[in-house]
Amino acid sequence: MIEGGGGRGDGPDKARDEFFSEAQELVEALGRDLVGLDEALRKGQVDAELVNEVFRGVHTLKGLSGLFGATRVAGLSHQLEDALDDLRLGRIDLTTSVLDLLFQAVSLYTRLLVAEKGEAPEPIAEVDALLVAFSALSSRRAGPRAPTVAEYDLPPGLFGVLTEYEEHRLRTTIQQGLGLHRIRVRFSLSTIDSALDELKASAKPHGEIITYLPTGTGVDAETIELEILLASNESVDKLRAVLTGPNLSIEEVARRTHASDRPSLPAPPPSIESRPPASPPNAPAARGVSAPDEAGARTAMAAVSPPAPARGVSLAAEMSLRSITQTVRVDIRKLDTLMTIVGELAIVKTAIARLSDRARNRAVGSREIAIELQRLNRSFERQLAQMQGGILEVRMVPLGQAFDKLARIVRQLSREHGKDVRLVATGAETEIDKLIVEELSDPLMHMIRNAIDHGIEPREERLRVGKPTVGTIALNAFQKGNQVVIEVEDDGAGMDPAAIVDAAIRRGVVSAEEAQELAVRDVFALVFMPGFTTKQVATDLSGRGVGLDVVKTNIAKLGGVVDIASDLGIGTKMTITLPITLAIINVLLVNIGGRPFAIPLASVDEAMALDEAHVRAIESREVLTVRGASLPICRLERLFGMQPRGAAKGRAFVVIAQVADRRLGLVVDDLVGQRDIVIKPLGKSLSGTRGFAGATELGDQRVALVLDVAALIEEVLATGETRFLVHGDAQESSRRRAPQRRA
Amino acid sequence: MPRVLVVEDSVSARAFVRAVLEGADFASLQGGTEVVEASNGFDAMRLLPRGPYDLIITDINMTDINGLELIRFVRSSAHHRTTPVLVISTSRTEHDVERGLQLGANGYLGKPFTPVQLREACARLLAAGHSATGASGSPVGRP
Repeated sequence: MIEGGGGRGDGPDKARDEFFSEAQELVEALGRDLVGLDEALRKGQVDAELVNEVFRGVHTLKGLSGLFGATRVAGLSHQLEDALDDLRLGRIDLTTSVLDLLFQAVSLYTRLLVAEKGEAPEPIAEVDALLVAFSALSSRRAGPRAPTVAEYDLPPGLFGVLTEYEEHRLRTTIQQGLGLHRIRVRFSLSTIDSALDELKASAKPHGEIITYLPTGTGVDAETIELEILLASNESVDKLRAVLTGPNLSIEEVARRTHASDRPSLPAPPPSIESRPPASPPNAPAARGVSAPDEAGARTAMAAVSPPAPARGVSLAAEMSLRSITQTVRVDIRKLDTLMTIVGELAIVKTAIARLSDRARNRAVGSREIAIELQRLNRSFERQLAQMQGGILEVRMVPLGQAFDKLARIVRQLSREHGKDVRLVATGAETEIDKLIVEELSDPLMHMIRNAIDHGIEPREERLRVGKPTVGTIALNAFQKGNQVVIEVEDDGAGMDPAAIVDAAIRRGVVSAEEAQELAVRDVFALVFMPGFTTKQVATDLSGRGVGLDVVKTNIAKLGGVVDIASDLGIGTKMTITLPITLAIINVLLVNIGGRPFAIPLASVDEAMALDEAHVRAIESREVLTVRGASLPICRLERLFGMQPRGAAKGRAFVVIAQVADRRLGLVVDDLVGQRDIVIKPLGKSLSGTRGFAGATELGDQRVALVLDVAALIEEVLATGETRFLVHGDAQESSRRRAPQRRA
Repeated sequence: MPRVLVVEDSVSARAFVRAVLEGADFASLQGGTEVVEASNGFDAMRLLPRGPYDLIITDINMTDINGLELIRFVRSSAHHRTTPVLVISTSRTEHDVERGLQLGANGYLGKPFTPVQLREACARLLAAGHSATGASGSPVGRP
């Protein structure tokens, strides 16, 4: 594991894997925190705690990347850390331009880490450009501030244990005129984390906790006494009223001078503290009263990075939001459960071994064996089902993992586009297979890019049509049965069906005659066709050849579908429907032409005997009337070009498949039953075959092909579907065409 | 077999230290090494009574109880007063390192460090701890 030489950076392999997964988490947390800072900044606030979080994240990343020899990550972190240190120590102000640089750093981190794994070239030029921008920031920091802490009657040992940052916060809060309080509190060591979180939560509205000191007195092995230093502008009586607990006492820290007039400001030396202490650093009020050196600094700032972010590290470079590692962090209790099941399975195995021994020795009759086997099989099935459920659960992660990254993208894209856009996400807690989340982040990024690029209007246009100047992109996720639905909805300009048809005809996506017959919804679906784009001038966002057709293809690979609805002038909504997991699926086994096939149950609505009397042919297509409604059907035996087994042909069955709101009846010879299967890919030579999601072993030396229902529906309905729908049964047609338009 | 308590909030830095101390080069000289991991200051306080430890390695910048506070706590407790303490931290925090040494830490290793550097620092402190228990140089006390 460890080489004898042990040169700098060659960390042990396993630890190196940990490094990539921790670095990834740190970078994701950075992105999240920056979005938080951005939101606060829009309200004119600077969240000091969050700035410190960002600093700590970069600080940790620097230490780690150095340890594991990722020198460029370390180099970027070093520069970034300097700037963040200046920010948190108040030497430079947090502005939108500074945030731009920080966001760029997050994008670059991801690319650097991918490069570090050897999977892409290093973005050297971009890193250098960003480093220059950051060093320009740091070069104009203000001087240090004078301590005023000496006025307080603090315990003599205190300064020995404050970190530089804590000492800075202590000074800052004192300069802001806050009083200091010592909270003595005793916790049980076993519950301290949650108890302390509670205390922190109740203290937060009333002040800032500077530090936590274990006193080391009155402690047995199970309890710990802490002295917490709290800066607050509340009176000690008020604090005693809001912070209560069995072993908690609060004392005000006495002032040595001015002991009588605590509320007044401790009058900082004007040359050092030029900002009105009570205002947040970036509040508009503070701008007007800046001291000359600070005003100069702001000018310098403006020169360093103009309002729009530097093009050098623009988002155009960030092509993928995919994670660099595939790690899933698992609650140990979930693994314990799995371990228990494994134990149970081992018991079943032993029982089978014993039974087979007895059978070999003819100690038992065949009837007895059969009964015993049946019992064991039931037990085995139960355990296996639990195991399956348990493993699926381990694979599940909240969609929020992808949403967090998207919030950062929205912020960045809207800055680059000069549009004001906010992202409202709901259902971030919806869980889905980790693999799907990974594969989903890029399609979602394209959809959001598309919404900002083509959907949300420029500010002036929004004002003109009476919309709020800030555009909204809503990201809604929810579970629906065995599927997860994700909607991306914008309140932008919407799509003009006529313009889309024009463009599609011009680009040869459809012929003029075909276009005539298209229903509104099919018109919108044209935007998912390869080679389609309506914007005459490609913007720098959309102009790199990634169209919505890629989105559709990628979603289809996950067994999902994308639908689109749009109202001109009101907005566009794209809806992704996905299976919850790809790993193990529940299927309906059927026979077609004497061979077994599997149809994923998630897309099966119902199955019934086929009554040939209710089949009609409408324009070369067969349609079955089911409870008064028409359903297009497809004889799979014919579609797959199999030998018709005329003699054996008795009754057939129809399996009604549904994906999103498209339905198709699949005609099969026989229904075999339901089963849980592990789906295996078809292999390279067959990977291009449409209509099949993979294959599975049935356990009796037979292999069944698994139908890709979404692709089949697409394939079958696309050939003449529109004709069918336009001229078909009115009732069915209107049901399926439920107007997308919101009145 | 020496027991080492590693207090560090980064999981991969802990994994790094563990791999080095449990690696053949180091452990064979020490007759094996037992590494106990704490992911924050409170965790460390929970684990301290389960000592004794032959060496405590701690980071400085941690949420809640920082490394300095931990060192003070360790130095003021009856059981760990003399346990060697090695500070691992990034070079930015010179201020913090000085304070750590004043509080009674016995050594400092700036991140990033190499496996060799870590091995040497730990070997030195473990040897000092064995040869003269309690007399490991730095005074125990406060400024």
